[in-house]
Amino acid sequence: MERNQSRRQLAVMRQSLFDQGYLDEQFIQLEELQDDANPNFVEEVVTLYYRDSARLVTSIEQALRDKSPLDFNKLDSYMHQFKGSSSSIGAKKVKAESTQFREYCRAGNGEGCLRTFQQLKKEYTTLKKKLEGYYQLARQAGPNEIACRPK
Amino acid sequence: MMENGFSSPRSDTFPAGLRVLVVDDDPTWLKILEKMLKKCSYEVTTCGLARDALCLLREKKDGYDIVISDVNMPDMDGFKLLEHVGLEMDLPVIMMSVDGETSRVMKGVQHGACDYLLKPIRMKELRNIWQHVFRKRIHEVRDIESLEGFESIQMPRYGTDQSDDGYLFTGEDPTVRKRKDCESKYDEQDCGDPSSSKKARVVWSVDLHQKFVKAVNQIGFDKVGPKRILDLMNVPWLTRENVASHLQKYRLYLSRLQKENELKTSAGGIKHTDSSKDSAGGFGLQNSMNIHHNDVSNGSYGLSGSNSFVQNLNPKSLDCEKKGIVSVPITEPKRALTVDIPNPCTARSSQIDFESSFAPRGGSQVDFTAFGSTIIATQYSWSDVPEVQFRHESKSTRLEDGFSQLPPSHSQHHIQADHIKPVPSISSGSCAVDRSNHANHATSTESAIDPLPVQNKNHITNHLAFDPLSTTALSLTNQGFNLSCVSDLESTQRNISSGIETLLPSLDEDIKFCWLQGDYLAMNLGLQDFPEYYDPGIVSEVPIHLYDALRHDYDNPCDPTEYSLIEQGLFIV
Repeated sequence: MERNQSRRQLAVMRQSLFDQGYLDEQFIQLEELQDDANPNFVEEVVTLYYRDSARLVTSIEQALRDKSPLDFNKLDSYMHQFKGSSSSIGAKKVKAESTQFREYCRAGNGEGCLRTFQQLKKEYTTLKKKLEGYYQLARQAGPNEIACRPK
Repeated sequence: MMENGFSSPRSDTFPAGLRVLVVDDDPTWLKILEKMLKKCSYEVTTCGLARDALCLLREKKDGYDIVISDVNMPDMDGFKLLEHVGLEMDLPVIMMSVDGETSRVMKGVQHGACDYLLKPIRMKELRNIWQHVFRKRIHEVRDIESLEGFESIQMPRYGTDQSDDGYLFTGEDPTVRKRKDCESKYDEQDCGDPSSSKKARVVWSVDLHQKFVKAVNQIGFDKVGPKRILDLMNVPWLTRENVASHLQKYRLYLSRLQKENELKTSAGGIKHTDSSKDSAGGFGLQNSMNIHHNDVSNGSYGLSGSNSFVQNLNPKSLDCEKKGIVSVPITEPKRALTVDIPNPCTARSSQIDFESSFAPRGGSQVDFTAFGSTIIATQYSWSDVPEVQFRHESKSTRLEDGFSQLPPSHSQHHIQADHIKPVPSISSGSCAVDRSNHANHATSTESAIDPLPVQNKNHITNHLAFDPLSTTALSLTNQGFNLSCVSDLESTQRNISSGIETLLPSLDEDIKFCWLQGDYLAMNLGLQDFPEYYDPGIVSEVPIHLYDALRHDYDNPCDPTEYSLIEQGLFIV
């Protein structure tokens, strides 16, 4: 009973992530890749993403904190990597902020970069929390019962 | 023959079992792509660094059917990797990027990419990649057949298998002939089916390429033509067709180098120096190529003696080596890379030797400004490879010693001429070699790596010994070749108390890796002993990357810290 409830909750949570624009189609692609050979594939990928991208975020932060003038090329390059990484899990909002950031870089708009980066970090952290909560719930719902795309 | 995963693809279930090599510095994407490709029933190998990829490709010349690579990678530009793969292995390469700007895509196509995918990549896109493999095979068969129609030629075959070679076109149906030959050569393959036929792809080994460049230089780059090159090369099983396609790639390669050099020149002295270093590195090795020391006009960097370059390489190689060990496992956890790659390593080692022997190095290297046309330089870089090998031999002994010392902790290196210990991480060996080459490019901060083994301390000191310049030269890494190598090297260097010896060990390690195979060719470590002999067995690959790296930026390529970070990052995965 409780399990069913958990599962329902899980499904609702998952759907809201899509509805609210946190995740896009790519996340579904990942879910489809998950199989018996890799039953926790999506969670592993998400974990990997957050671990690896943390480095980039720090680098960008560092670069932004450096005295002016800002090295827009470097920032753009970092963000390019970050964007690529974020696209791997379907982090939609994060990706959008990345694109915006890159545009500010190209325009040489430091202020815009700083602003966008703050926004980006917010989205990045929010998504992380949501996904953590999601997987926690998934574990409660049953080890192999992570909500999958309804077939 | 699917025992170790490196065998040729199964013809019956094509495209299943297609052997794909994926290169991407993003560990998340690497994991995803691996899973996706496995779902397509492909055989997947992953790589986090371009140089690792090159290593793997060189190790197993025919071990992969297609390469998928990201455009942006820390150690090497994806386009460069693309070029190398095209030139050396002639495999189809697919580029990937999150950036879909037309200019980038166009650049990819120009460099020879057979496709350009945008991230995020969909399953259906990956399911279709076998078409590129198939298409290439068909074209190759067609090329050979059409060629046969026009000339009496010998069917191109791998040099080793000469038994069926030597027949002239007799007017027989070429397709039939080819099929017959195929069958006799490749048991399991149905040569009639192009999709599975192991076409006699010409492997442009270091040796072969050197002959090629030699011929090109003799004829004169401007007047060159496939037929003339072929005649000069005097390689019986090679066809005009093979030469023509290789020439085309070579031209592209040179023009790219030229552009880069032009940029560098305009950018300033340093860059120029760097590039010159590159050439120098390459030049040093080419004794046979008539390169004169600082003879800018000829575009030949004389390493008449042989030593300066070697040195450069050493430090780098060492680096690479280390890196290789480290990174290889990371990128390919599943692959028991038991590589016995004697050749690649040796080739590299020799190169390294050459570098060090570049005596004038300090000055000469930096002086590339005098360097004439880039093209010449580039040419040399290509041709250098063979040279390197020679030198290598003499140095190898020494390297080995250093090598044995080398264990992953590159802290203690002491060069002991007779001390050769097989390096445990052999798998990375060959790759290590490669890397070492890159490593040589290590940052200028590294002390000049004097490849010359301890034995020739004097000798070395005369030349490069910790010539900062030489080190700089080595640090071509900027171009990404040896990012890791550089850092590695640097860290190694840090550990090592200054002194050639320390350098050598690192270099040696690299070389050792190569040499693991127990190929101690009588390498007298002394520099003076650079024997001119060239052991074909050693020369296995064209460490073009080496030259490439040499060619590129000598600028302080990377902050070692940066590299370690990168490494860390990889480890995280």
